[in-house]
Amino acid sequence: MQPNHASGPASRLAARRLTISYTHRTVVRELDLEIPDGSFTVLIGPNGCGKSTVLRALARVLKPSGGEVFLDGTPIAGLPSRHVARTVGLLPQAPITPDGITVAELVARGRYPHQGPLRRESPEDRRVVERCLEQTGIGDLAARPMAELSGGQRQRAWIAMALAQDTELLLLDEPTTYLDLAHQMDVLDLCARLHRDGRTVVAVLHDLNQAARYATHLIAMRDGAILAAGPPATTLTADLVQQAFDLPARIIEDPESGTPLVIPRVHR
Amino acid sequence: MTHRRALGIPAALGVLCVICLLSLAIGALPLSPAAVWHGLTDPASSAYPVVRQMRLPRTVLGLLVGAALGVAGALMQALTRNPLADPGLLGVNAGASAAVVTATALFGISGLGGLIWFALAGAGLISVLIYLIGGSGVGSPARLALAGTAVNAALYAYVGAVELLDTDALDRMRFWTVGSLADADFPTVTRIAPFLLLGALLAAGCARPLDALALGDDAATSLGGRPALTRAVAILAIVLLCGAATAACGPIVFVGLMIPRLASRFTGPSLPRILPYCAILAPVLLLGADVLGRVVARPAELEVGIVTAVLGGPVFLLAVVGRRS
Repeated sequence: MQPNHASGPASRLAARRLTISYTHRTVVRELDLEIPDGSFTVLIGPNGCGKSTVLRALARVLKPSGGEVFLDGTPIAGLPSRHVARTVGLLPQAPITPDGITVAELVARGRYPHQGPLRRESPEDRRVVERCLEQTGIGDLAARPMAELSGGQRQRAWIAMALAQDTELLLLDEPTTYLDLAHQMDVLDLCARLHRDGRTVVAVLHDLNQAARYATHLIAMRDGAILAAGPPATTLTADLVQQAFDLPARIIEDPESGTPLVIPRVHR
Repeated sequence: MTHRRALGIPAALGVLCVICLLSLAIGALPLSPAAVWHGLTDPASSAYPVVRQMRLPRTVLGLLVGAALGVAGALMQALTRNPLADPGLLGVNAGASAAVVTATALFGISGLGGLIWFALAGAGLISVLIYLIGGSGVGSPARLALAGTAVNAALYAYVGAVELLDTDALDRMRFWTVGSLADADFPTVTRIAPFLLLGALLAAGCARPLDALALGDDAATSLGGRPALTRAVAILAIVLLCGAATAACGPIVFVGLMIPRLASRFTGPSLPRILPYCAILAPVLLLGADVLGRVVARPAELEVGIVTAVLGGPVFLLAVVGRRS
């Protein structure tokens, strides 16, 4: 399959005819997708619809079985891994916390693509780590072991780690899972702030109302295909919720933010 | 960099120097520091044969083998995400040992030059096996340790059986099979040094990638790491370090378990910081155990492999119990 460069993707990160299969199952088939530059894009859809899979392929963590992911117009598979790692960062769904690691040590590991194999931490690395700790509001926790942190604090530390990678595109796979509501909002506010600072942020979220409130661009998926994409106000309709989740719902205006609010219908 | 960290390496080196001096001075014939100095520098000195021809190669070999086992242990713990991993305990050294014994008994091969390749092959086979059992993260730390212990016991039984069946060929290997520095000479040192050097370079090269890999495969890939390559290099480094070390002085357990655990208390979980400490402190343990073996059974001596096993057993139990709380 030859990518057509003449009508290549308009945005920095995009996928063309993306097909992703696990051993016996095709999860995503011939998917075209654009992440608008400077957007806060949120992927929504039912469990198993392939949204995390697509996110992982966009970060080149997963190798597609067909099609291409394009970064700045070039197939990502052909780019040096260090270059990709300096441009696109991914916070996976379930990263592993090494035993005994402190917050600052964890965040410093985000500097990996900026360091040589034998080079020690540079003053620049230390500055960036410090900045990321401040940006995520955990500067005072720097010396604490990760094991002592609350779930919300731990997620902030992981976001700080991804941030320390210093990429213009930041992908987050279900960053709010396992957090209570207050900490969910906290993490989303943080994501929105990172977006306002000029990054393109892409996140997989489960909560439609949070997605509608925070996203500038919504991508709804089902069965490995895109059902709809666009601004939440026009994209998140009762029809879409029905199509994506088989869930009858009403859409009202969120009295707080003015964004669409999904109210599942009572059916008994 | 904190003050304590800056002082750590010089302090560890100081301890290592003291142990080296003890290793040169203590034995069936105890020597004063002055006599050690003359023994090292003055061929006419009466201590020269003891120091220069026996204790010096023994000390140098202990330094190299100790460092190799310590670094290999740290790599193995990182690779398997298992704080109880140790190439001795998990059977890598016993695999090298079994291959060497097989080569000697079955093919009549003798001499380190030929045997080292068998040691590397044996270590490689067991490393891959251990990795398949527990490296993918499916097994709990205890399960991996248990599987390794079973592999280890089976290999030791095999070595013992071959020894019984073929006493002639293996009589002189009796000390070797429990882990010993007693037969050290400089040809042995120069024979294994290239393998250890290559292993050490690979270990240094994969230290930072292993740190990235510690966050999980997805996170490591996103950071620009290549998990499969990192694992392959780390396993190769372990095989070179353990295979060459075992070829020179037999299977030695627990050194690779105790030292990385101790080092990470000072350094945190960062492998590039842990490895230098392992390379310095593991020889301290190995030479210390060797010296102890010379003292407790004087004028005879206890093999270093027995001493480290006796010292390491309780430490291992503490580590297992400590993890539960």
